[in-house]
Amino acid sequence: MAHVASSASEAARARTATSAAASGRRGLFLLAALLVALPIALPNAYFYDVAIAVALNAIVCVGLNLLIGYAGQISLGHAGFFALGGYGSAILSGTHGWPAGLALLASSAAVGLLAFVVGRPTLRLKGHYLAMATLGLGIIISIVIATEDRVTGGPDGMPVPPLALLGWKIHGELAWYALTGAALLFTVWLALNLIESPVGRALRALHGSEVAAETLGIASAAYKLRVFVLSAVFAAAAGALTAHHAGFITPVQGSFMHSVGLVIMVVFGGMASIFGAVVGAAVLTTLPQVLTVLKDYEMMVFGAVLIVTMVFFPHGIVPTLARWWARRRA
Amino acid sequence: MGSQWLQYVAGGVTAGAIYALVALGYSIIFNASRVINFAQGEFVMIGGMTAVTLVGAGAPLAVAVPLAVAGAIAAALLLEKVAIEPARQADTVTLIIITLGASLVLRGGAQIVWDKRVHSLPAFSGDQPLHLLGATVLPQSLWVLGVAAAAVGALSWFFGRTLFGKAMLATSYNPLAAQLVGISTRQVLFVSFGLAAMLGSLGGVLVAPITFTSYDVGIMLGLKGFAAAMLGGLGSFGGAVLGGLLLGLAEALGAGFVSSAYKDAIAFVVILAVLFFLPGGLLGARRIERV
Repeated sequence: MAHVASSASEAARARTATSAAASGRRGLFLLAALLVALPIALPNAYFYDVAIAVALNAIVCVGLNLLIGYAGQISLGHAGFFALGGYGSAILSGTHGWPAGLALLASSAAVGLLAFVVGRPTLRLKGHYLAMATLGLGIIISIVIATEDRVTGGPDGMPVPPLALLGWKIHGELAWYALTGAALLFTVWLALNLIESPVGRALRALHGSEVAAETLGIASAAYKLRVFVLSAVFAAAAGALTAHHAGFITPVQGSFMHSVGLVIMVVFGGMASIFGAVVGAAVLTTLPQVLTVLKDYEMMVFGAVLIVTMVFFPHGIVPTLARWWARRRA
Repeated sequence: MGSQWLQYVAGGVTAGAIYALVALGYSIIFNASRVINFAQGEFVMIGGMTAVTLVGAGAPLAVAVPLAVAGAIAAALLLEKVAIEPARQADTVTLIIITLGASLVLRGGAQIVWDKRVHSLPAFSGDQPLHLLGATVLPQSLWVLGVAAAAVGALSWFFGRTLFGKAMLATSYNPLAAQLVGISTRQVLFVSFGLAAMLGSLGGVLVAPITFTSYDVGIMLGLKGFAAAMLGGLGSFGGAVLGGLLLGLAEALGAGFVSSAYKDAIAFVVILAVLFFLPGGLLGARRIERV
């Protein structure tokens, strides 16, 4: 009897697993279709700029959500990696004359290496202690950037050369939109594959209970470190793209408030939901653009929207709506 | 050389006393709810800015200071009622995001009520520096130390000698058991916000004559207070005071002897070093995770 019940529940689990993979694939197609169709609705360069900013933030958030939502490890310092990616690429291509594409890759790889080195002692910490340590790392990075003005231009920032990939110069809003949209699709595809792989299952297991995961032979420290490095590389690459797109970079990119902004996007959209991260980035990147009509009231209204959303959608927008939709269909 | 040391120590202890007051606020709210209240720094700002406005309108300090503290307490209680209370069942991360949203509302509100300029408060008893063993000390520093010490004393009396204080401690040890003996943990959380705002705004008023104040002073002061609370061990009141003083000293000595450009980074370098080698903080209980 027990055997039958367990095999039935196994079958049910297998079914939900395949349906999760299928809904992930459906979501990816939907996102691709949306990205292709969006230019029809974008009337001018300003709207393209917003769409590009959404895509770049979404790349960071998808990576960050792997760390926060799936592996259960908070980071309040990812803006530090974002800014380092941007400054690294700016300094290599601007000051040292490297080709911008190569500079972007090298700087993202260097940030990954840094995350590997600092991640080892940091990820041993849990909960609030981990929040404090990542927050400290982010603040130290941003203070170093603002202080070493001979290399970084200090608080005034520095210019960043335009991006060229394999001799093809990325120029104009449409080209940038295509590049960042493709990068976002690639990131989402990678993240979806990752969470359906043994690595993804290991991450979710250690989120539930690290001790239980360890007894099943999951090397939790190694998995946490890997996803930390991956999310840092996503942040660094998006930071470098942002810098090349804007043509300028300032230490504000690495500020504590920017780190907080990224975490807010992840939690707002929905933790442990890849598309939640994309939705969170889209809503919270466009909201300040809409709120600029409120001028001085912008910060206050943004905070109030955040509070109200989190009170009524404590699990984030996408998971709450998905649950509501599933209940309606059942 | 000796007097230089003394000079840095005097500055460090003054800043440290402020960090200690902010850190105590973090620990009080953490004990009542396991939540890190990222709006704690804004209470410091509200205290300082309200006092500046009242003094500017001609109120004497003896009236302005209590009113400024009362204003911050009112803001905190309102915040608890409208934002924290309705979401009490939510995850800790969700609650933390709510406190971050609250800090944006308070900072954005301050930007409208006041402005984006830097303000200063007149020192409580003049700017004539005192000479102590070769170091010059501002009389305001003595005010900071005296009032902070009095606040810590009053707090330890409250937690050690009053029924409600003991109820708050009981809630921090075990909320469920506290509820079973008839303690309203909901009320404990409400009062903890008031207490945290009182301590933070007191710090904000005391430090305003020395370091000035503006709508965004809450960010750095809040983060350093958080670091101080962590340094001493989150939730430990003695630890918060010790952590605050140590952080203030490390910052003053580091800025004096190593690099003044990196003054703001020192607190975070110290806290990272401590977390990597002593993950429970200096006075934190050795916690054993149960499965």
